[in-house]
Amino acid sequence: MTALPLLEVRDLTVEFATRRGTVQAVRRVDVAVARGETVGIVGESGSGKSVTSYAVMRILDRAGRIAGGSVTFSGVDLRAAGERQMRDLRGREVSMIFQNPRSALNPIRKVGHQIEDVLRRHAQAGSGDARARAVAALEQVRIARAAERYHAYPFALSGGMCQRVVIALALACRPQLLIADEPTTGLDVTTQKAIMDLVAELTRARGMATILITHDLGLAAAYCDRVVVMEQGRVVEAAAAETLFRAPAHAYTRRLVRATPRPGIGLRDLLPEPAPEAAPLPAGAGVVPGEPLLTVTGLAKDYAGGGTAPLLRRLLGRGRAGAAPAPVRAVDGISFAVRRGESVGLVGESGCGKSTTSTMVMRLLDPSAGSIVFRGEDIGAVPAARFARHPLRPRIQMVFQDPTDALNPRWTAARAIADPLLRFGTTRAVRPRCEELARRVGLPAALLDRFPHQLSGGQKARVGIARAIATNPDLLILDEPTAALDVSVQAVVLNLLADLKRDLGMSYLFVSHDLHVVRLLCDRVIVMRAGAIVEEGSAAEVLERPKAAYTRELIAAIPHPPAASPSPA
Amino acid sequence: MSAGPLLDPAPGPRPQSGLGATLAHARYVVSGNPVTALAFGLLLLLVLCAVLGPALAPYDPLASDTAAALNPPSLAHPFGTDQLGRDILSRVVAAARLDLAIAVFSVALVFAVGGLAGLAAGYFGGWTDRVVGRIADTIMAFPLFVLAMGIVAALGNTVTNIVLATAIINVPLYARLARAEAAVRRNAGFVLAARLTGNSEIRILLTGILPNILPLMMVQMSLTMGYAILNAAGLSFIGLGVRPPTPEWGIMVAEGAGFIVSGEWWIALFPGLALMIAVFCFNLIGDGLRDIVDPQRRT
Repeated sequence: MTALPLLEVRDLTVEFATRRGTVQAVRRVDVAVARGETVGIVGESGSGKSVTSYAVMRILDRAGRIAGGSVTFSGVDLRAAGERQMRDLRGREVSMIFQNPRSALNPIRKVGHQIEDVLRRHAQAGSGDARARAVAALEQVRIARAAERYHAYPFALSGGMCQRVVIALALACRPQLLIADEPTTGLDVTTQKAIMDLVAELTRARGMATILITHDLGLAAAYCDRVVVMEQGRVVEAAAAETLFRAPAHAYTRRLVRATPRPGIGLRDLLPEPAPEAAPLPAGAGVVPGEPLLTVTGLAKDYAGGGTAPLLRRLLGRGRAGAAPAPVRAVDGISFAVRRGESVGLVGESGCGKSTTSTMVMRLLDPSAGSIVFRGEDIGAVPAARFARHPLRPRIQMVFQDPTDALNPRWTAARAIADPLLRFGTTRAVRPRCEELARRVGLPAALLDRFPHQLSGGQKARVGIARAIATNPDLLILDEPTAALDVSVQAVVLNLLADLKRDLGMSYLFVSHDLHVVRLLCDRVIVMRAGAIVEEGSAAEVLERPKAAYTRELIAAIPHPPAASPSPA
Repeated sequence: MSAGPLLDPAPGPRPQSGLGATLAHARYVVSGNPVTALAFGLLLLLVLCAVLGPALAPYDPLASDTAAALNPPSLAHPFGTDQLGRDILSRVVAAARLDLAIAVFSVALVFAVGGLAGLAAGYFGGWTDRVVGRIADTIMAFPLFVLAMGIVAALGNTVTNIVLATAIINVPLYARLARAEAAVRRNAGFVLAARLTGNSEIRILLTGILPNILPLMMVQMSLTMGYAILNAAGLSFIGLGVRPPTPEWGIMVAEGAGFIVSGEWWIALFPGLALMIAVFCFNLIGDGLRDIVDPQRRT
C-alpha cells in the first residue's frame, strides 16, 4: 500500500454542540484508503465510526461540525469544498450504503426510477439510455428478472433485495470510493454473505476502494484488508486484518476479539479476564436432563393469506366462491420438547417461523393446530386472550429482543421489575424483592429509580431479565436477547443468563439467528426453515457435524475472526 | 460504551427524577425559545383574570351608567364604555372566567371521550376501531361550526350546551390522534411484557399506553383550547349560547360591531383583542409544549 491513498483522513476531529456543551465524537482520527483496498472501521456503539464516515461525506447533522484535521479525496480537500462540489462528488465519486436498506429507499417510487434519478443527476445517462442503464445496474447486483424488478416498489422486495437495490444505487455512477455503514446488520447470515461477497467482488472488479463500517469483528476479518479499531472517538489500533486478530496489540482490541463468539470457545472465554467470582459452568452435555417441562406436538399456525384479495372479493360481490386465497402457513406442524433445566436453541433465518413458534409457546398467539403441554397441562387450548389470568402464566416468562422497546418509557426500573410481583399478588415486601432481583442480575440498586432513557443498553437488558425472573418461572423464552447489544455487553449478558439458569434451575428456549451464540448457551439446538424443523440435536453435534444441508449452509455463512490467541496482558 | 466488567458504567448525567428532569428540560426549551416564555406569561395573566375576575375589575361589569354611555377610552375608563355606559375593561376582565371555563371544560370533555375512544380503537382494533372511526367520520362530514350551531340551537341556549357542542366537534381530532398513537404502541415490547405479567387489557391501556401518549395529547389540548374559545365566542357572536348582559368576548364583539360604523370602535376592539391574545397564547403554548415533548430536542 505504498500508492498514494485515494482517501486520506488526518487528525479528524468532529464536535457536536449539545446542551451540556461541546462533545467530541471523533478525536484526531487518521484513516487512509488506497485504490482497490477494503478498510474496516470497527467499534462498538458510540465509538464514532459512523460519525467519521458522515464527516467524510459532509453529511453531519446541523449540531455537528468538523473541528479539525483534513479530509483529502484524490487530491481534493473535502473540508474546503463547496456544497455544490460536494453534491457532485456524493454519488458519483463517493457513495454510501446505509444500515437500513428499506429506509434508504423512497417508498413511493419504483426502484428502477430511483436508480435513473441518480444516473441523470450526475449526467451519466440521458433520457434515452437511462432505463437500460438502470436495468443493467440491477443486473449487476444479481437481481433476477431485473427488467421486471425495475418496476417494483421497495415494499415488495425483501430486506436483502432492498439492500441489493441500495448497492446498485450506490454503484450506478461507478464511484471510486464506497462507504458501507453496517450494510448487513439486520439481515440474515446467508443474505449477509451474499451481499458482502457481492460488494467484495464489485470492489475488486472495478478497482474501487471500500470502507466497511461494522461492529462485527468477524465480518471485518472476513472482508477487509486492513482494520481500524475505534473506541470513544479515537483510533486505538490500525493494522492488517490478519495481524489484528492474530496478535491484537491494544487492550481494547483484545477485549473485543475475546468477546466475539467464535468456534471452539466456552461462555467464560468471552469475558475480558477470567472473572474471579464466576464459578465454572457445567458443560452443555453435563446437565442432567429432568422430566419434560414443555412438550410441543404438531404445532401449526396459519395466517389468512392473499393480502387485498378478500377485500377485492368483498367489493366485487361475495357470491363468487372458489377463489379463496390459500392461507399462509407460518409454522407447519412442528414437535419438540424442553426438559427441566435444559436450554434449547431455536435457530433459523427471518421468516422461518421461530418467532411465531415462541410467541405461541408464550401464549400471546393462538395456534391453528397442535398442543402445547406445559407442566402436564395443555396450555395451547387456553385462548391467548384469557391466559393472562391463568395460574401457569407466571411460570412462563420472556426476555425480549429490544431492551429499550420492552420497557415502558414512563416507568422506573424498579416499577418495571415490580410489575409481575404486583400483578401476581405479592404486595408485601416488593421493594426488597426488587433489590434482590437487581442484585441477582448485577444491576446496581442505585439505578432502580431511573427511567429507561437514563440507562445504558446493557442495563436495560438487565432490567428486562430481572422482570422476567421475578416470578421464578420454570421456562424462560429468550427472543434474541442480545441482538441489540454490543459484543462486550452481549458477552456479559450471556454469562449472566448462564449463571441464572444454573442458580435458579430454569429452562430456556433461546430464539436466535446466531448459531455461535446458541452453541454457547444451549444444550440442544433446533434448526428451523420455512416453518418446519430441519435438524435437531445436541448443540455441539449440530454445529460440528451438521447433517442437513441447510444447517451446513447457515454455519458456512457466519463470518468469524481467525482463531486468536489473546494472551492476557 | 466501555466493555467494563460485570458492572456497566452509569450512562452519564441526568440522574434526576422524572419530574426534575422534565422541569430542567422545560427550562432549556424555554430559554431557547423566549416566545414560549411570553406565552406562559400571557397564560398566567389570563388565569389571574379568570380566577380573580370581578375583584380585579375597577367597576361592576354589569352596572350601567347611561350618563357615561359610549365614552371613548380615557383615564377613568381605559377601554371606554359601551352603549349602556358599562366599563369595557371590567367586562373584558370579567369575561375571561366564562370563556376560559368553556374552553377548559370542553377540552377536558373531548379528551375524556374522544381521547379514550381513540385509544381503545387504536389498541383493540377490529370492531372498536370501526365503530369509533365511523362516528368520527360522521362528525367530520359536517361543517364543524354549522354542526356546533345546530347542536346549541337544538339543545338550548345554555353555557353547558356550548361546552357540549365544542367538545363534540373536536371528537374526531382527538380520536384520530389517540388512535394513531395507540396503534403504534400496540405491539411494543413493553405492552407484550405487561401482558406476560398478567395485566388485563384495560390495565395495559391505562397504565402502559395512555401515559405514553399523554404528552402529545397535552399539545393537542393546548391547541384546541384556543380553538374552543374562538368557537364559543363565535357561537355567542351569532346569538347562540351566552346571552347578554353576561360579559363574554364574543357577545361584546357582536354588540360593538354595530357601533363601528358610527365611530365607536373601542366597544368591539378590546374584547376582540382579548380573544385574539387568548387564542394566540394557547397556540404558542401548544408549540412550546411540542418542543418540550419532542424527543429530538432531548439531546
